[in-house]
Amino acid sequence: MNKNVNIKYRMGKSRFIQGLIIFFAFLITVPLLLIIIYIFREGITKINWAFLTQIPKPVGEAGGGIVNALIGSILIVLTASVIAIPIGILCGIYLSENKTGRLAYWSRLSVDVLQGVPSIVIGIVVYFWVVKPIGTFSAVSGSIALAIMMLPILVRSTEETLKLIPFSLKEAGLALGLPYHKVILKVIVPCGISGILSGIMLSIARIAGETAPLLFTAFGNPYLNTNLARPMQSLPLMIFNYATSPYDEWHDMAWGAALILLFTVLLLNIITKLTTRRWNVQL
Amino acid sequence: MDVQKLKTKAKSSNGMIRAESLFKRTLVGVGIAMIVLVVGLMITLIIESIPSMKNLGIKYLWGRTWDPVNNVYGALPFLIGTLLTSFLALIISIPFSFAIAIYLGEYNPKGWLSNFLKNTVELIAAVPSVIYGFWGLLVLVPLVRSLEIKVGVLPYGIGIFTASLILAIMIIPYAASLGREMIRLVPSPLKEGAYSLGATRYEVIKNVVIPYTKSGLFAGILLSLGRALGETMAVTMVIGNTSMIPDSIFGPGNTMASVIANEFTEADHTLYLSALIELGLVLFIVTVIINMIGKRIIKRFTNE
Repeated sequence: MNKNVNIKYRMGKSRFIQGLIIFFAFLITVPLLLIIIYIFREGITKINWAFLTQIPKPVGEAGGGIVNALIGSILIVLTASVIAIPIGILCGIYLSENKTGRLAYWSRLSVDVLQGVPSIVIGIVVYFWVVKPIGTFSAVSGSIALAIMMLPILVRSTEETLKLIPFSLKEAGLALGLPYHKVILKVIVPCGISGILSGIMLSIARIAGETAPLLFTAFGNPYLNTNLARPMQSLPLMIFNYATSPYDEWHDMAWGAALILLFTVLLLNIITKLTTRRWNVQL
Repeated sequence: MDVQKLKTKAKSSNGMIRAESLFKRTLVGVGIAMIVLVVGLMITLIIESIPSMKNLGIKYLWGRTWDPVNNVYGALPFLIGTLLTSFLALIISIPFSFAIAIYLGEYNPKGWLSNFLKNTVELIAAVPSVIYGFWGLLVLVPLVRSLEIKVGVLPYGIGIFTASLILAIMIIPYAASLGREMIRLVPSPLKEGAYSLGATRYEVIKNVVIPYTKSGLFAGILLSLGRALGETMAVTMVIGNTSMIPDSIFGPGNTMASVIANEFTEADHTLYLSALIELGLVLFIVTVIINMIGKRIIKRFTNE
């Protein structure tokens, strides 16, 4: 056997595989670009002032907008954040302070489980917890479902951030006679605030586009509604309903809404990434 | 005067102690709340699916017909639909996610090009699933339809195959980013040893990196599978929603998640609703088990 040919063959094979891997790896950018470009092209022509400020018109009438879905989305996501952020951060603090212990173990396991629960299942459960006892679909039930989805991300990011803060900081605080809660809230948390904030933004970006848990909770509403106790429209729900309808005008409106939703979510992600890079936080 | 001052001081330090214990109790309370939340999720699902368990028994799982009008409920079409779409998506996604993991972990861990690819992968995970569904419905479905005409099968356009394609794009980031981290953990002395023996880059990857990270890569696949099983909106929009056992991978079907999304608000009697919730319970248990196994493997791998 000629060794020279052999090594050439092996090098060639190595190069070939490398090329194949690079090809497959970068092929993944194609669908993302296609989706972004397509939605931008279809959506940008639909967006104008009327689109952003009017409620939808009935089928067959031209014009109309998505203001009900925009305001609904903002309200539902805000309410979800108000519910989830304090609980998520406190639980993250708890888990980072208690690395061992039986209760902390089960608590951590629960967060892990929660992270894997399909969103539609959370929708079902919140339907039985909130919608059925009250007797009507409502925006607040949608917010509760989304809040449950936010929790694992918030807990994880808080826990991971606070774990990185040097123990000596805490010792210094305690040595000065600060009570425990002040050490946590005034020393530890401010040190990790950038990590916690990016966790908050990530979790908001994650739920802003969630549809499945809203199907049986916020339900959707063709009119403008700001009452949290009543059914409310949201952007993802509206895109789902309009996209699966047979009407072309509705598809057009869904493209516009999809563009707004897509860019909001991507922007939130990019901002989060830039801030974490700037603060040098590892998530 | 002094006594007064001391008293207020004592009071404030008493208040401090009270605040401190209150804070500690709040933390423990939140920790317990997490457990209660998850146990509550499970209990609610079980209680609400009792009517279906009682009436339909275990044969619910392999009943072949789903006919709410005649009160016949069999989950087999959805089980098959879910397994088919998820595994097909997994098979399509694996070459891509492994290529990304190896490229970012081994070939090019730093630099703007790898940053670009890393961010792209993360953005793919960030795109809402309803947008994937919408794009799939209006762009991918016509493409698949023309492909089906060429292949010579019934040109539905919608169906298991289209749903798997969309799902594959959506789950690539999970296995890719986990695989990348696992590959980074390979100790460089191992690789250097192989290089010094004259191995080429491909041989190092094949004989050192992949065997070393095998379990980690497997965990990444499991987490992707967990995502694929529970994914609802994108699948619902392109799968065709027929409650029959799909006759081929190009035919329309339904998954567990998509049938819940479609029929939950229409379920008008207890047994119907309960049968749907039992589907949710099955989905919950399966995804939780898969995720737990995946996380266990990762934990063991990173601790070693």
